[in-house]
Amino acid sequence: MSPDQKNRESAISIRNLSFSYDTQLVLTDVNLEVNSFDSICVVGPNGGGKSTLIKLIVGLLSPDSGTVRVFGERPEAARLRIGYVPQYAHYDPQFPISVFEVVCMGCLGGSFTGRYSKSDGDQVMKSLATTGIEDLANRPFSSISGGQRQRVLIARALASRGDILILDEPTANIDHESELHLFDLLTELNRNMTILMVTHEVGFASTFFKRIACVNKQVVIHPTSALTGDLIREMYGGDLQMIRHDHCCSSEGHQHD
Amino acid sequence: MTEFLAALSDPNLPFFRYALLTGIFASLPFGVIGTFVVVRRISYIAGAIAHCVLGGIGLGLYLERGVGITWFGPMQGAVLVALLAAVVLALVSRYASQREDSVIGALWAVGMAAGLLFIARTPGYVDPMSYLFGNILLVSKEDFFFVLALDVVVLTLVGIFYNKFLAVCFDEEFARLRGVHTGWIYLLLLCLAALTIVLLVRVVGIVMVIALLTLPASVAGNFSKNIFQMMVLSVLFCASFVVLGLGASYSLDLPSGPVIIVIAAAVYLLVILSTRIKKFLF
Repeated sequence: MSPDQKNRESAISIRNLSFSYDTQLVLTDVNLEVNSFDSICVVGPNGGGKSTLIKLIVGLLSPDSGTVRVFGERPEAARLRIGYVPQYAHYDPQFPISVFEVVCMGCLGGSFTGRYSKSDGDQVMKSLATTGIEDLANRPFSSISGGQRQRVLIARALASRGDILILDEPTANIDHESELHLFDLLTELNRNMTILMVTHEVGFASTFFKRIACVNKQVVIHPTSALTGDLIREMYGGDLQMIRHDHCCSSEGHQHD
Repeated sequence: MTEFLAALSDPNLPFFRYALLTGIFASLPFGVIGTFVVVRRISYIAGAIAHCVLGGIGLGLYLERGVGITWFGPMQGAVLVALLAAVVLALVSRYASQREDSVIGALWAVGMAAGLLFIARTPGYVDPMSYLFGNILLVSKEDFFFVLALDVVVLTLVGIFYNKFLAVCFDEEFARLRGVHTGWIYLLLLCLAALTIVLLVRVVGIVMVIALLTLPASVAGNFSKNIFQMMVLSVLFCASFVVLGLGASYSLDLPSGPVIIVIAAAVYLLVILSTRIKKFLF
């Protein structure tokens, strides 16, 4: 199938979805359509329901009402077509495991015992090469930098040969340079995969993402050019000022109107 | 040490050889399961299962001596209740995530209480001390066969499902998204831990189970790059602690369980200190 034909295929389809933890309503009346080869960024304040939305898409949570479909199937059935990149912050730094072993986990699920085949091994090396970290394969996962770990987790998601890549706050713990490299990599991957990424930052998203979904109980879709000051005010409930990283000033600081 | 070697070859002291062989062969499941317990950070769950075992031992004693069911003794009771506790704890971790620690604490105490109540109703004198603090010198031929059977079961299952166990310990959520039935794998892990704990109770007693399950693995963790290495090393450490502890307890005429634990803890402390000093110096 050529990319153009595939383009019409719906990758993620959410209709009239509501979800609450116990009595607290987290998401209400959510509608979201993501087509194949889309690159969509999910933004919103903490507690706004971003991670909940992701968990609903991958099937770790079930909606109270409404439906979630991934390639037309229930999330549980379509799971193996999703490459998931969680936040790396929750890993135990003392867990003795090599980069290669972590990436191998992407190949789980095919068999009853979970043994890896030779082609799994090749796929792992290919994913490490795609993310540019094949020379780290034998290093302990705990000994590498934040940006490198992020790449390892992306490589693991790629090793699972999915069609959608879902990333949960991948930029939260990495420096600016690693972040730029990350977006170069995502641009490359976006040729063959649908990409959905969650972030609590808003400013940088416009360069790579075709669309932005704002989540704060409800989901509102915006083309990237439409992200205005009014919208940010609406999302975060107040005026903010933009930080001019490209510009230095005295220690008292000053403002531009 | 020479006395210890003499005791080993003394034909009048067969229990000593059983104790030593049991200790060495039991180190296999201790090291392998201990590694998972340490990296998955579930030593409090292991502790709860261990204390529940007293309930099983009490039940076994009561049914055997009080009711007269000859085929159901303390060992059968211990295995049954340990497995039951593993199932309950697996369900608790799945459905009561926020109150998990309270439930574990309750189970821990209820297991002990039930055991002591059963023992109180058992005719004749039963000394709970030997169960609480263990005595490897009391292991029988049947215990030794139980150890061999457990070696086979643990090594086979861990060998088959190694990758899944590893994935569930490292990142359960991701494993689940890859289609791994993480609930079943976790239950299997807890059941293997339960069987291992029954054996540990025999060797060091209920109170000291957590120490012999976690100390060798923690020491090994300091020298290991991956889980497989950690398992091999922790089996070796565990076997050395048991052999050294038995030898020292015989020479010094002290109870074996506490001596084994003190040696394990001393080595753990030395390893921690030396890695700290090494970091400080270089």
